[in-house]
Amino acid sequence: MIKAILIFNNHGKPQLSKVYQPYSEDTQQQIIRETFHLVFKRDENVCNFLEGGLLIGGSDNKLIYRHYATLYFVFCVDSSESELGILDLIQVFVETLDKCFENVCELDLIFHVDKVHNILAEMVMGGMVLETNMNEIVTQIDAQNKLEKSEAGLAGAPARAVSAVKNMNLPEIPRNINIGDISIKVPNLPSFK
Amino acid sequence: MALKMVKGSIDRMFDKNLQDLVRGIRNHKEDEAKYISQCIDEIKQELKQDNIAVKANAVCKLTYLQMLGYDISWAAFNIIEVMSASKFTFKRIGYLAASQCFHEGTDVIMLTTNQIRKDLSSPSQYDTGVALTGLSCFVTPDLARDLANDIMTLMSHTKPYIRKKAVLIMYKVFLKYPESLRPAFPRLKEKLEDPDPGVQSAAVNVICELARRNPKNYLSLAPLFFKLMTSSTNNWVLIKIIKLFGALTPLEPRLGKKLIEPLTNLIHSTSAMSLLYECVNTVIAVLISLSSGMPNHSASIQLCVQKLRILIEDSDQNLKYLGLLAMSKILRTHPKSVQAHKDLVLQCLDDKDESIRLRALDLLYGMVSKKNLMEIVKKLMTHVDKAEGTTYRDELLTKIIDICSQSNYQHITNFEWYISILVELTRLEGTRHGHLIAAQMLDVAIRVKAIRRFAVSQMSALLDSAHLVASSTQRSGICEVLYAAAWICGEFSEHLQEPQQTLEAMLRPKVTTLPGHIQAVYVQNVVKLYAAILQQKEQAADAQAAQEVTQLLVERLPQFVQSADLEAQERASCILQLVKHVQKLQARDVPVAEEVSALFAGELNPVAPKAQKKVPVPEGLDLDAWINEPLSDSESEDEKPKAIFHDEEPRHAKQRPPEADEQELARRREARKQEQANNPFYIKSSPSPQKRYQDAPGVDHIPVVQIDLSVPLKVPGMPMSDQYVKLEEERRHRQRLEKDKRKRKKRERERRGARRHTSLHTESDEDITPAQRVDIVTEEMPENALPSDEDDKDPNDPYRALDIDLDKPLADSEKLPVQKHRDTETSKSPERQDVTVVEKKSKKPKKKEKKQKEKEREKKKKKEAEKGVDLDFWLSTTPPAATPAPEEPGVNAAVTAPKEEPRGEEQDAGEDAEQDLEKPSEQKKKKHKKDKGERSKDKKRPKKRAPPREGDAEPVQNGALREEPLPPMSSYSLLAENSYIKMTYDVQGSLQKDSQVTVSMVLENQSSSFLKNMELNVLDSLNARLARPEGSSVHDGVPVPFQLPPGISNEAQFVFTIQSIVTAQKLKGTLSFIAKNDEGSTHEKLDFKLHFTCTSYLVTTPCYSDAFAKLLESGDLSMSSVKVDGISMSFQNLLAKICFHHHFSVVERVDSCASMYSRSIQGHHVCLLVKKGEKSVSVDGKCSDSTLLSNVLEEMKETLAKC
Repeated sequence: MIKAILIFNNHGKPQLSKVYQPYSEDTQQQIIRETFHLVFKRDENVCNFLEGGLLIGGSDNKLIYRHYATLYFVFCVDSSESELGILDLIQVFVETLDKCFENVCELDLIFHVDKVHNILAEMVMGGMVLETNMNEIVTQIDAQNKLEKSEAGLAGAPARAVSAVKNMNLPEIPRNINIGDISIKVPNLPSFK
Repeated sequence: MALKMVKGSIDRMFDKNLQDLVRGIRNHKEDEAKYISQCIDEIKQELKQDNIAVKANAVCKLTYLQMLGYDISWAAFNIIEVMSASKFTFKRIGYLAASQCFHEGTDVIMLTTNQIRKDLSSPSQYDTGVALTGLSCFVTPDLARDLANDIMTLMSHTKPYIRKKAVLIMYKVFLKYPESLRPAFPRLKEKLEDPDPGVQSAAVNVICELARRNPKNYLSLAPLFFKLMTSSTNNWVLIKIIKLFGALTPLEPRLGKKLIEPLTNLIHSTSAMSLLYECVNTVIAVLISLSSGMPNHSASIQLCVQKLRILIEDSDQNLKYLGLLAMSKILRTHPKSVQAHKDLVLQCLDDKDESIRLRALDLLYGMVSKKNLMEIVKKLMTHVDKAEGTTYRDELLTKIIDICSQSNYQHITNFEWYISILVELTRLEGTRHGHLIAAQMLDVAIRVKAIRRFAVSQMSALLDSAHLVASSTQRSGICEVLYAAAWICGEFSEHLQEPQQTLEAMLRPKVTTLPGHIQAVYVQNVVKLYAAILQQKEQAADAQAAQEVTQLLVERLPQFVQSADLEAQERASCILQLVKHVQKLQARDVPVAEEVSALFAGELNPVAPKAQKKVPVPEGLDLDAWINEPLSDSESEDEKPKAIFHDEEPRHAKQRPPEADEQELARRREARKQEQANNPFYIKSSPSPQKRYQDAPGVDHIPVVQIDLSVPLKVPGMPMSDQYVKLEEERRHRQRLEKDKRKRKKRERERRGARRHTSLHTESDEDITPAQRVDIVTEEMPENALPSDEDDKDPNDPYRALDIDLDKPLADSEKLPVQKHRDTETSKSPERQDVTVVEKKSKKPKKKEKKQKEKEREKKKKKEAEKGVDLDFWLSTTPPAATPAPEEPGVNAAVTAPKEEPRGEEQDAGEDAEQDLEKPSEQKKKKHKKDKGERSKDKKRPKKRAPPREGDAEPVQNGALREEPLPPMSSYSLLAENSYIKMTYDVQGSLQKDSQVTVSMVLENQSSSFLKNMELNVLDSLNARLARPEGSSVHDGVPVPFQLPPGISNEAQFVFTIQSIVTAQKLKGTLSFIAKNDEGSTHEKLDFKLHFTCTSYLVTTPCYSDAFAKLLESGDLSMSSVKVDGISMSFQNLLAKICFHHHFSVVERVDSCASMYSRSIQGHHVCLLVKKGEKSVSVDGKCSDSTLLSNVLEEMKETLAKC
């Protein structure tokens, strides 16, 4: 089981938090802070597994994380998950984000946390891995987006126009804070089907 | 209308949306909180509007704020409103918000039940999907109970997207509502063989989660998982299954034996590291479960260790980490094979990565032996000095203690060394583990009698330098050791060299700054010391000195009387009065020493930590009964005396044996002395350790006991424990020399006698005799209690409720609850009607029914027993080849060039009546007895064979009553026969492979000759081809992988690739073989015609009535029907026959009318409606392919005609 999925940036600011056990908002913030401190102080070329997030469950749990340029993707899992498998799942997740956002960067995550949630929901459901095939995930997301667009129909047009206008006067949004090299090498991980 | 909509949207386009909110927060870095509270006010306004779009937008923003740590539970009701929006866009926002903030305590959650149910049955798969996803996050016991049945229906939804979500969420439902597990389990099990890989993977996932918690209930699924393991190519699924097997093997060692081979193959063949790693892990689990006496498994261990070494040596830190992790598992059972890699582990101790260091530490635990313990601990001590973080240092500390104390101090040869290590550890700054060190000190001092003298001297030194330990800030952790030190000095005061000095140290004013519970121990042990000193002085007739000591106590004790700690205070005042009394007696020259020391007479025995719990409750004692009537509630509240008495670890609890009378004591003491005198290893007080130091050449002579007490403990230059390392080396060297001498003598002796234990005398652990012969006292336990008894199970474990026997047949009452007033439009399946009946079943069932049920139950029980036998049967066999040989080339064969045979030729399937000849049941019975060749089939298709056998049970499940027993049936039909051999065969398809069927052929040797070199060849057609091994031409035969001695039969399997399955066809073939008997050997041939009926392309697939109804309504099935007259067989048996011979399953049965379902290997649905009249049966069929349908019906007609 996956207990929690967290994404935060290099400053510990959460970009997504999904916990699969009920925690109060305060505890969740504490978990994010604690996890950030655990992960942040680690060097780049050490292993991606960490024991003992004190807050999320007992000794059975592990933190498995990956660091992409400005973002940390952290999964807290118990012993029923394969460590290398989860590492690969994170990779699939990021690649899916990359596909859905077309060259994903941190800003995409900042401004579209709802979409990130939707993508995640197609991969992990209630803490269990639902789908590992990227194409399948992207197909479902596209279909849902299409459905959304068709629902917005006529009424959606002005809203889209306005948001385009709003974004127009935002030249300062840097588009280049890329999530970085997505193709981080993991030797011989399985290809998920 | 449209205009209004546009206007509405223009109104709200200037509302803040999520992006605006995020942008705003980023622009208000300084006053973020203020800005957000402003936004929340806006959101509250928006939520009051009627427009659902505005509300959804507001909820979307709230979800973001929730992530930032704002409580949004106040908007729960609005979230539900948005969830119930008709548009998917809004619904999704609502469900997301709910999944982020709803939990069991959310009170409005009960309002969602109907909304969720509606969404679950929505025609749009995404509505259903989003509801399932949301529900998976906030499902409560109530929701689980109310929705379990709806979700279960979704498990057979036509869309795999929904199916896989429904399957996954069932796990959450089981957790919240354990009663649902048994009714839902059969369907969950079915999903393991779902044609969609995603659904299959979800089912594997759920069952693995379930089985991980309660593995024994899932043992019966092992054959099914084994099949999946050998057939699946999805690594994710494979990993899960392999992990599951890891959990199952400890329960069933035979399973392990079966697994070893396929797993080893996977280890060799896979390129995926994650899979390789899990395989290694499970092989390790298997090896652990197997008893060690299996010589051929050492190869597997070697393989694992070798692969792990590769991982550990890899530059990738992740692999290194995992390698170490897995290595520690091997260590537990096969320490020898891991110990060879000590170098590697020690190297990892120096790794820069803390995770890896920790793992390496774990491994050290098993690497120590008597030989290297000191060396390893020395290395760890240097790490302790170097370690910067306290967590890592604490970890080191606990590991050192773990390593040393493991299995009853097995590896410690010199306890003096160990005590000095412990003392050194007390100098650690800021450790949390003072109590751990203290516990060790106490344990060693109590249980290793020989060490007491040394321990006492060290402890008194520690007490003397207590200011060092306790001084720098309040390090409450480490001052725990003073607790132990004080107790040891007091309890074993007879070993003290300078008791008076220690006494003074314990009475220093500084002591009052220590924590209360330590002060209390100080006070108590001061008296013990005092008693010892009195005794000593009185014996020396030094009344003056005795009175001085008393005076000291009278002066110093009042500082404890003023202690803030209640216990210290109480003890101190008690003792102060006692001492004052003694002082009065002393003034009158009355000898008091004897009486004071009587206070502490008797030996303390170590008591096992769990001993108290294990004391059996005496008969007739009811612990729950009130002794007095309980007082009123208000008074009982403050009846908790917990704060007054510290509850220490049970180990420290002192249990004085009832005061033994003097005589008895004297007798015991005498006996002990006697025993010690007779024990050559018991170190008596006189020669004592110091002497040995003086004897030891080449070491700085620092007699430990003579340390000047005013000097701090740390000896400059060399830490104390290091001396022991050197000493130990020398000691061993001496021993070795001595032993060599002895050995030489022995050898001479042996030369004369038979050589017996020469092998024993290699340099091994056992050779090192401990420096002190320690008599490690075992801890006391009540009689018949075992220390290993399990009693640490957490009663609040949520997974405990799921410990449910799944093999037991379902009782009638075990159905999922169903809402009674449902929307009328949803199709009512009989299953549901049943349930309502069941719910009303307050009336007792009629006797007849009861009998019927009993009968059923008995039958089911039988079936269960059979199932058990099946598992045993499956397990009892030797491991087969990992993949059935003929199957592999099947894929390749499909690519080989088609044969140029005209298609029409094999369509003339006119005659050939023999193919449907039924073999009577004996064959089936025989099959079980038949030799091992059969089981490869049994094991591979236990599931497939099960449905026909249960064919009669199927309708029962759907509410019909049972009838008379079925005639025995066999699906094997005669293929060909001559004087040598008889061939019977059966064709089976599998949903996983859409263009392959497997022909299982039973070959029975009917002659007295030995049959060998059997080879099967078939004339391929365009449509059907035999799968031949790679590289062989279409004219080559496929060898049969066995030989047949006279009278023996065996089964071989051949895979055929089929292009079109809508028509039946025949293939001509030949079996050639050599028959060898006493007269010589002859070449023989037997021709046959292999008949592929359309039926053989059908696979029994269960279908639920609702899905069935949907299928029929869809309207894209073509229809056809047949009618057969003159049938006398009962309807029940008729159905069973159709189920068995034509691979159908009963969907629903009402009186003499039944609907049945099956599916072809290429995914055609075949639906039947079977009606029985007076003497006739009519079968109406619907199928996605009309040709297939008419052919199937024709075949069925033939079967029915024989009834």
